[in-house]
Amino acid sequence: VLPFDALLNIVLSGLLTGLVYGLMALGLSVIYGVVRIVNFAHGEMMTLAMYAAVLLNASWHLDPLLILAPVALAFFAFGYVLQRVLINPFIDRPEHAQFILLLALALVLVNAMLIVLGPDARSVQVDYALDSWQLGPLVVDKVRVVCAAVALAVCALLFAIFRFTAFGKAIRACADNLLGAQIVGLNVPHLYALTFGLGAACVGAAGVLLALLVDVTPMSGPGYTLLAFVIVIIGGLGSMVGALAGGVLIGVSEALAGLIVTPSAKSMLSFALLIAVLALRPQGLFGRRA
Amino acid sequence: MSRGLSRRDFNRIAAAGAAAFGAPALVRAQARKVKVGVLLPRSGYLAKIGQSCQMGADIAPALIRQMYGVDIELMNADFESKVEEARARAEKLIDDGAQVLVGAFDSGATAAIAQVAEQRKVPFVVNIAAAPQITKQGYRFVVRNFPTAPQLVTNGLALFRDLFQATGTAPRKAVFMHVNDTFGQAMTGGIKATLPKLDYLPFKIVEEIGYDPAARDLSVEVAKAKASGADFVMLVCRLNDAILLVREMVKQRFTPMGVVSPGSPGMYEQAFYESLGKYSEYCISNVPWYEPKAKITKLVEGELKKQFPKENLLYHALNVGFTFEAMMVIGDAVKRAGSGDASALAGAIRATDIAERMMLGGPIKFSAEGQNDQIGSACIQNLGQKPTVVLPAASAEHKPVFPMPGWGVPEKT
Repeated sequence: VLPFDALLNIVLSGLLTGLVYGLMALGLSVIYGVVRIVNFAHGEMMTLAMYAAVLLNASWHLDPLLILAPVALAFFAFGYVLQRVLINPFIDRPEHAQFILLLALALVLVNAMLIVLGPDARSVQVDYALDSWQLGPLVVDKVRVVCAAVALAVCALLFAIFRFTAFGKAIRACADNLLGAQIVGLNVPHLYALTFGLGAACVGAAGVLLALLVDVTPMSGPGYTLLAFVIVIIGGLGSMVGALAGGVLIGVSEALAGLIVTPSAKSMLSFALLIAVLALRPQGLFGRRA
Repeated sequence: MSRGLSRRDFNRIAAAGAAAFGAPALVRAQARKVKVGVLLPRSGYLAKIGQSCQMGADIAPALIRQMYGVDIELMNADFESKVEEARARAEKLIDDGAQVLVGAFDSGATAAIAQVAEQRKVPFVVNIAAAPQITKQGYRFVVRNFPTAPQLVTNGLALFRDLFQATGTAPRKAVFMHVNDTFGQAMTGGIKATLPKLDYLPFKIVEEIGYDPAARDLSVEVAKAKASGADFVMLVCRLNDAILLVREMVKQRFTPMGVVSPGSPGMYEQAFYESLGKYSEYCISNVPWYEPKAKITKLVEGELKKQFPKENLLYHALNVGFTFEAMMVIGDAVKRAGSGDASALAGAIRATDIAERMMLGGPIKFSAEGQNDQIGSACIQNLGQKPTVVLPAASAEHKPVFPMPGWGVPEKT
């Protein structure tokens, strides 16, 4: 029988990792919720952010937490330009055309990273990488706590932007009623690009945080794209709360599956959850029925 | 009227003469050349080890020419740590003219390449791969100069006994952690079959934890290992997962008596020391190792320094050693066969008998199955952030440290 403290440790670890997963998936969900485009290059963009953290850390010994905001801003700009230049012309095209475009972008990113950075796994080196806190029976991984806290803060910031700022409200208006938004004179292409920028900024921030937790290789991208899809489908595509909750659910369930069943079954449970949600609640746990 | 030798007649006779007398010389020159297809995982999750093995191949042409008078032309292929790529790359190398194949570090990939080699009747010298089935298929073109998993396990577990005796310890409980790939499964099978028969070992396995070799996070696995209450960790790993596991053990404050591998890579690799620094200390690997005093070791060390000035043989010992020995097998066989013809070469490789070698063990000779059964293991412990022979006592450079004083804690003197 597994000791209770071990169980608690594992659930906590899954919860903390899940919050970072949630931030990653949030970017995907925000973009789809407003622009109605599924970003199939999502994981690759995150891998790019992870490499940004690794390279800045290796070159100038910069702590990833210090470069989180600049990287997120850079990704915001990247996302904005990407949407205006490349994706916007595809907004009204069939979904398969959008799919091919973003898949091509993903392939370009992966191969560019392979050419420039090589195939080896890389990680950031920080003094506190192996630190942990002992809280009674719990041994809490310091890096995971910091990453989860920052992920929560970024999510809160994003919620605040959508709730309280004028352009956030305008973006929500576009998502709720596109025709109405156009009639009242909102600059929809600009708002779409802002949304894509915000989604990319989420991915950038999540990538920097994840670089503290795991090693990165150029081939990591597709795995993260898949993970983000599983999370947002379980949480509800387009739902910000759903993305966060889906991340936590996947993080905790993977940890528990590894503990109770077998570590090799971790991913299996994620996909089992996905199938169950698709069968029983296709709109996701927090999604709205179409 | 007779006429003298015209210019055209002279050219004709000269050409015929060259054909008659020059051609055998040309054939003889060609016979001393061989195109070797080297299949290694130089990218993907096995990249670091694949690149380490590649150095053993890269230094070979110069040394093999010196040792056997044979010119090796390397044809390198990276199978990206993917079994399906290994098969495709082997096919392509043969199509491109490779006369013999060498590789492939990973057992799954090696098994796939062995099938291709046998179908295409091209000799294949396995440098490193332990799954026993590779030499159990009745293949005629495949030989292996590396221990099988059961041999690794038998040698490795015997060194467990020596380790406990040398340190006066008797751990009772072990948690067995292993990668879930072909190699990991083969080692697990070997351990499960061998361990119950060894009444001289004091411990029982209380928990077995298998994991994905390409896993990004092993926190759950380590938490489970810690919860098992085991005295020490018996580990069958690769490189990246070994780094992840030790990181997690440090984070989760899981300090067993030691982490001991009965015969797997990972913990003596350069990248392990670079990634973990002081936390790499005290990990133990019972693996085949090189004889530092051997003449060939000196040659290899010199050539490695020449071609890769920043590298140290110590951190590539097993990878470079067995890959270079595979090249020795080929050089020696080409010299004896006098031909690069596949059948002649395969026969000559089978008849290999090389007494003077780099790795510890008896001569390089292959059984009817194509297996070299003459390879021993040494107990290698990470001390001073370098692999150090601690057993057998005759070759030991330092006394074994077991139990370890703690992660990152200096050894008591």
